[in-house]
Amino acid sequence: MNDIPLGHILALSTALFFIGMYGLFTRRNMITILMSVELILNSVNINFVAFNKYLYPDKLGGVFFSVFIITIAAAEAAVAIAIIINLYRSHQSIDVEDAGEMKF
Amino acid sequence: MPSYSYISLIPLLPLAGFVILGLFGRKYFKNASGIIGTGLLLISTVLALYTGYQYFFIDGKADDVYRSIMPLKYTWLQFNGHGAGQDTGVSIDMSVILDPISVMMIIVVTFVSLMVHVFSLGYMKGEERFPTYYAFLSLFTFSMLGLVLSGNLLQIFIFWELVGVSSYLLIGYYFDRPSAVAASKKAFVVTRLADLAFLIGILILAFYSGTLDFITLTDRLTSPTAELFSITTQSFLGVTMLSWALSLIFIGGAGKSAMFPLHIWLPDAMEGPTPVSALIHAATMVVAGVYLVARLFPVYDFAISAGLDLVTYIGAFSALLAAVIACTQTDIKRVLAYSTMSQIGFMMFALGVSGYGRMEEQLGYTASMFHLFTHAFFKSLLFLGAGAVIHMVHSNEMKDMGGLRKLMPITHICFLIACLAIAGIPPYSGFFSKEEILLAAFNNNKFVYAIGLVTSALTAFYMFRLYFSIFWAREPHVHGHHGEGTMSMKIPLIILAVCSALAGFVPFGKFVTANGVPLEPHFNIIFAIAPVALAVLGIWAATVLYKTENNRPAAIASSLGGLYRAAYKKFYIDEIYLFITKKVIFNLVGRPAAWIDRHIVDGFMNMLAAVTARTAEAIKGLQSGKVQSYAFYFFIGVAGLAVFFVLWYSNLVVL
Repeated sequence: MNDIPLGHILALSTALFFIGMYGLFTRRNMITILMSVELILNSVNINFVAFNKYLYPDKLGGVFFSVFIITIAAAEAAVAIAIIINLYRSHQSIDVEDAGEMKF
Repeated sequence: MPSYSYISLIPLLPLAGFVILGLFGRKYFKNASGIIGTGLLLISTVLALYTGYQYFFIDGKADDVYRSIMPLKYTWLQFNGHGAGQDTGVSIDMSVILDPISVMMIIVVTFVSLMVHVFSLGYMKGEERFPTYYAFLSLFTFSMLGLVLSGNLLQIFIFWELVGVSSYLLIGYYFDRPSAVAASKKAFVVTRLADLAFLIGILILAFYSGTLDFITLTDRLTSPTAELFSITTQSFLGVTMLSWALSLIFIGGAGKSAMFPLHIWLPDAMEGPTPVSALIHAATMVVAGVYLVARLFPVYDFAISAGLDLVTYIGAFSALLAAVIACTQTDIKRVLAYSTMSQIGFMMFALGVSGYGRMEEQLGYTASMFHLFTHAFFKSLLFLGAGAVIHMVHSNEMKDMGGLRKLMPITHICFLIACLAIAGIPPYSGFFSKEEILLAAFNNNKFVYAIGLVTSALTAFYMFRLYFSIFWAREPHVHGHHGEGTMSMKIPLIILAVCSALAGFVPFGKFVTANGVPLEPHFNIIFAIAPVALAVLGIWAATVLYKTENNRPAAIASSLGGLYRAAYKKFYIDEIYLFITKKVIFNLVGRPAAWIDRHIVDGFMNMLAAVTARTAEAIKGLQSGKVQSYAFYFFIGVAGLAVFFVLWYSNLVVL
């Protein structure tokens, strides 16, 4: 159980975080953007759980945080998808470039 | 001492007339406006005459000397500056001064203005802008009365400008005529140029003396103490500051009084309605310059410097120049305009020569004011007579007139009296005043006396040339004439004719002198022979040439050749002005200044604008409205900070 060092797990979460960031900046499809955000959130979750496990094994704070984040992510996904559906109804597209009316 | 509190009513009533007629005249008093203006002015005139009576005969004298009274004084702006060591700073007041000349002037101004108001009732009848005309006349009368009653230099300057404005408005009264518009603009610009000099003069005088008030100024100068020493010792370009100040003030006066070389606006100003010319450009406003010099005469006298020399020679030269030009003009109003300029030249040099001879009890000062007084009557009469003639024949040109004595008997007689008065034939008024001027000149400056003598002969000549051309020379060829004009036009002529004939018998020296001490009239019959003989000679020459139609004038004109043409073209002074302004000033000053403005000043501003625009163009993409790019910048910032803090924490970066 303990043969995986903490560094590996942190490397994984960092990779996930940056993949999520990259997706957030480069994708134009709102669904993909939402997925990227989920990736970022999950990378944070991994961090919380890993630190909880490796540094304070007798406490549960990190795990609780993860549970909260998963809940909030679910709620956020619901709101985001509602927005996406509305956007699709008004613009017939979910490309963020097409929703440019409020630009300068 | 009786109260003079009513005196402020004298100028304020015409002001009320201006306000009422200017605001409501066109709507409510379409026809009554003339009566309203005239009525208000009549009250002013009565008050002015009463002031004259009270001042000259009751309480003006103290120890046989007429004193200056300041019945009203209201401190308007008080400055707490250093006034060349004075305790209090300069203050700008609104005050009324009463001394012989101001009292004499309010009488002349109200009286002539009243005559002009009455005359205009007939002359301007049926004009579209009749109420406006009376409003402007009232404004002018107010300004002129304010000017003569002003107790300090800045107040006189304010009214001076007001007079200029009302003159501008009245010259441009027929604003649908381009020539009238041009003339009013010319008058305004030329006098404004002179007023700039006037203002600088006032400032210099106020800076050194620490006061603007005439009485205080005179006191401080004539009893010189250490505090005023600097104005006479400090000099600029080799001339003392006092001379500079007085010369600059005189330039202001010369502009208003149409002295050479600032006279060019006066003949053009005849574009205004003729009664206006009578009031403004003959009797009152144009003598404001003379009045100004007379008002500051103690200061000029104290200076005995370039100031008075300038007054003398400019006056004498203008008198002669204008007389020569007047002999050649054919527009009757222009002849009168040049004759006005010539007579004002007389007044000016009378003041100028007065300064040299203290032992002569400053006869020139009295003579100048006397001539101002008599000139106001006969010159306004001449203008009103000319107005009646123009009303009759609808032309200003001599060739359209002739033989009018049969059609206009009353105008003819009045005009003849005025011509005799201006020519200096005894016993008409001009004789007495001109005699005094010539005597003063004779006693002090023979050269100026000679100029005066020649000029008075020329005066007689051109006035009778005018007279014969209008009333004799030809059979009248006016068709469908409508009589001589209404009663309101004849009565002022008759009243003024009586005044012109008799005004010379006023013992003027008893009332108006430079220092207030009454002057015994010293009338010398021997001395009078030369000027009168010359005047008679002038009249004789005019009779020979112009009484009947003949070709002698043309023959003389052609034999004089270039001289005649030069005089007819007013010695090309207008052309010289045009050359200087258009060729020299516009090309050498105006164009480079315009170039600098357009390329350097504007260019700098354009460059600023262009740089701003270009920068904005370059960076406006940052504010794209794309949330993703904002998130990216945000991320870069956070990442940068994170890197920085990590490095800082590990002591790799030291702040």
